[in-house]
Amino acid sequence: MPEFTIDGRRIGFTPGQSIMQAARDADIYIPHLCYHPDFAVHGSCRICLVKVDGRFLTACTLPAAEGQMVENLTPEVQSYRRQLLEMLFTEGNHVCPGCEKSGACSLQSVAVYCGMLSPSLEFSFPLRAVDASHPDILLDYNRCINCELCVRASRDVDGKSVFSMSGRGADSHLRVNSVDGSLGKSTISLQDRALEVCPVGAILRKHQGFNVAIGQRRFDLQSIDQQGETGDERD
Amino acid sequence: MSSPANSQNVGGFVNQLLHHHADDDGRLLQFLIEIQGRYGYLPDEALNLLSQRLRRPRAEIESVISFYSFLHRIPARYRIYFSDNITDRMLGSADLQQRLRDGLATSKGVEITSTSCTGLCDQGPALLANGHAIGQLAPPRIDEIIDLIQRQIALEDWPAHLFEVSDSIHRRDRQMQFEAMPGEALSQALHRGGDWLLKQLEASGLRGRGGAGFPTARKWRLCKDTQANDHVVVCNADEGEPGTFKDRVLLSTDAHSVIEGMTLCARVIGAKQGFIYLRAEYRFLLPQLQAVLSQRRQQGLLGESILGQVGFDFDIDIHLGAGAYICGEESALIESLEGKRGIPRVRPPFPVQHGYSGLPTVVNNVETFWSATRIAMQGAEWFRRAGSAQSAGTRLISISGDCSRPGVYEYPFGTRIDTILEDCGGLPALAVQIAGAAGNLVPAVEFARQLSFEDLPTGGSFMVFGPQRNLMDVLQNFAGFFRHESCGFCTPCRNGTRIVDDIMRRFQTGRACHTDLERLKSILRLMQKSSFCGLGCSAPTAFVDALQKLPAMFDDCLAATDNSPCFDVEANLSESNELLRAPGGDHA
Repeated sequence: MPEFTIDGRRIGFTPGQSIMQAARDADIYIPHLCYHPDFAVHGSCRICLVKVDGRFLTACTLPAAEGQMVENLTPEVQSYRRQLLEMLFTEGNHVCPGCEKSGACSLQSVAVYCGMLSPSLEFSFPLRAVDASHPDILLDYNRCINCELCVRASRDVDGKSVFSMSGRGADSHLRVNSVDGSLGKSTISLQDRALEVCPVGAILRKHQGFNVAIGQRRFDLQSIDQQGETGDERD
Repeated sequence: MSSPANSQNVGGFVNQLLHHHADDDGRLLQFLIEIQGRYGYLPDEALNLLSQRLRRPRAEIESVISFYSFLHRIPARYRIYFSDNITDRMLGSADLQQRLRDGLATSKGVEITSTSCTGLCDQGPALLANGHAIGQLAPPRIDEIIDLIQRQIALEDWPAHLFEVSDSIHRRDRQMQFEAMPGEALSQALHRGGDWLLKQLEASGLRGRGGAGFPTARKWRLCKDTQANDHVVVCNADEGEPGTFKDRVLLSTDAHSVIEGMTLCARVIGAKQGFIYLRAEYRFLLPQLQAVLSQRRQQGLLGESILGQVGFDFDIDIHLGAGAYICGEESALIESLEGKRGIPRVRPPFPVQHGYSGLPTVVNNVETFWSATRIAMQGAEWFRRAGSAQSAGTRLISISGDCSRPGVYEYPFGTRIDTILEDCGGLPALAVQIAGAAGNLVPAVEFARQLSFEDLPTGGSFMVFGPQRNLMDVLQNFAGFFRHESCGFCTPCRNGTRIVDDIMRRFQTGRACHTDLERLKSILRLMQKSSFCGLGCSAPTAFVDALQKLPAMFDDCLAATDNSPCFDVEANLSESNELLRAPGGDHA
């Protein structure tokens, strides 16, 4: 089996695997947000940035190769990750203390793991909407991080394409494919994978907020590197 | 054009358009461009029809529309877009835009705004009127446009002299001095047969002229060696790098050589279909390019059995862009060719393995194909005699800005910056920006440096800034450009371009503090290291150069103390003050 080195540890991989896949198989956690083993590789959040033989590349898109020297949890790599996380926190309106996803939010947990506890960048306070039109599902654009997991899940698993991306640049945003753009008029249902896969509090089930006590929430019990998971990933 | 859209003619037009192209979903962007060309905007009725017949959710079609600057949902009889490159600004485009606004203050159905560089920097300031390029703007010309719009003259009836675009070539070296007859290079390649052409290209050392400099022969060979039912050749004529216009001049003066280069590539890699992706700003070249294509079909140089060679079938379609710089990136260009939003793809796989419609695809710059034709005619040795070890041959550069002879110049690689400046009448100069907004800012002390992949690589743009210029204005212009053109896909570029622009604005208004300076540096570094594609990685280049080489320029712009507010307090309070003063307000 060919091998490469990650933070000083040699691990084997199957040809064709990405650095991320090989690391997961070896139970090595590489922080990530838009990556999900069940869906097509995306590469947009850049959190899984690693330094490979002196170059910065993302673990989810880079094929593993024999002899690579990969830096994952070095101070340099982690400092870039913290900056990226700051960007994600400040471009939207994230209300952690009041967000019902708090404690079960991958963005929050990855930030804690990487040591980004308070952003130094200015908040951009964008004007974004809350879509409460659906009886059972809430869509809060304020907390969306453009990871497109729901886009991929709805298109590739649910076969519905409820979500797509619109706009360009800083104006890029999630949108709903329905006659009036509302979630209520879309074909989304409570059983949809798209609903489960959201790593943040942008897509939420109604009628069950705050039903887990602080201290008992998902990432209270076990930190994200122990679970190594995004959103609804299960072993 | 721009006639009020009543539902009947919209339906008829769209149905006919779709019928003509067999409801080809991949042409979505082209359909949208044609519908907008007909009505001046994209009527609801048209979107509904597209959605029905192409079986795509309407929201998805709107997502595509929202990505491209030149597609609109709101009607306007006249859309005037001023080219907002720094060279246009230096030629006074802001005042001219204001003059037009003032002159048309009471006119309805007119939209006046700015757009990224339109590629007429050698004859700027320039604008696009309903997508048609008008250069050499000056007050009389603006007044003429005001008059035409006030009299509601339809754009197709505007006088032809407004739309004249000249091709100023000031220096010809070996490639431009050589005239290729249509079909000559192809006959030569067919006559020599086998691997001859690819070997010549390999020996020539030709590297891609778009900027990245990937060896052309290697790209063609990688594509050729990928097994597939078909292969594709794409000519990247989305010349969006600010200050570049040499591809425009090549397509206008020698399209045959460019298309012949594409056909040579088709022969090598075994492609049946080819595309020219032409930026919307160069729409005026479309009729003449189509004429060259049909002429070549008649001459047996395109179509079936090219030059009588059974099985050598290849034809070319022209696709238009719609105002998105990112589509110059090859994988984003392919997405756009497929009628989608121009978001770069995950690589690997690379386009040579998995490109247009999943087929192995070669994407090369206009000039690369043009040079391939010359190499096929004159041989590798002839080409190599110019240039340096890593940078063989000559290349075209587009010179604009503060110089007396802007235009296209052909130079061997290895030519010094000061030599070029002397030739174009650009001395004395403060600095030169090489390779567009994404390239290097070279201050005067470095004018002994050379154009080459070893030293200063260039995609063909060369903007000169005279002693009277403030380079902070230049950087501010680039910052605004990247903020507007970032596709928004990845975190560092989507946010970084916005933050850099905000900080540069602060520097310009004297409100930046040391924290801003440090933040600017760290954001630029992050963008370089972590962006998804070349746009985000290269956008910081000029800023990093300036910070390294001209640090005093930034220090001089810092606010007097670090305790001064970083925003304009009065301006930020203006809205609430207005509300308070308004009748019914608490303090009215």
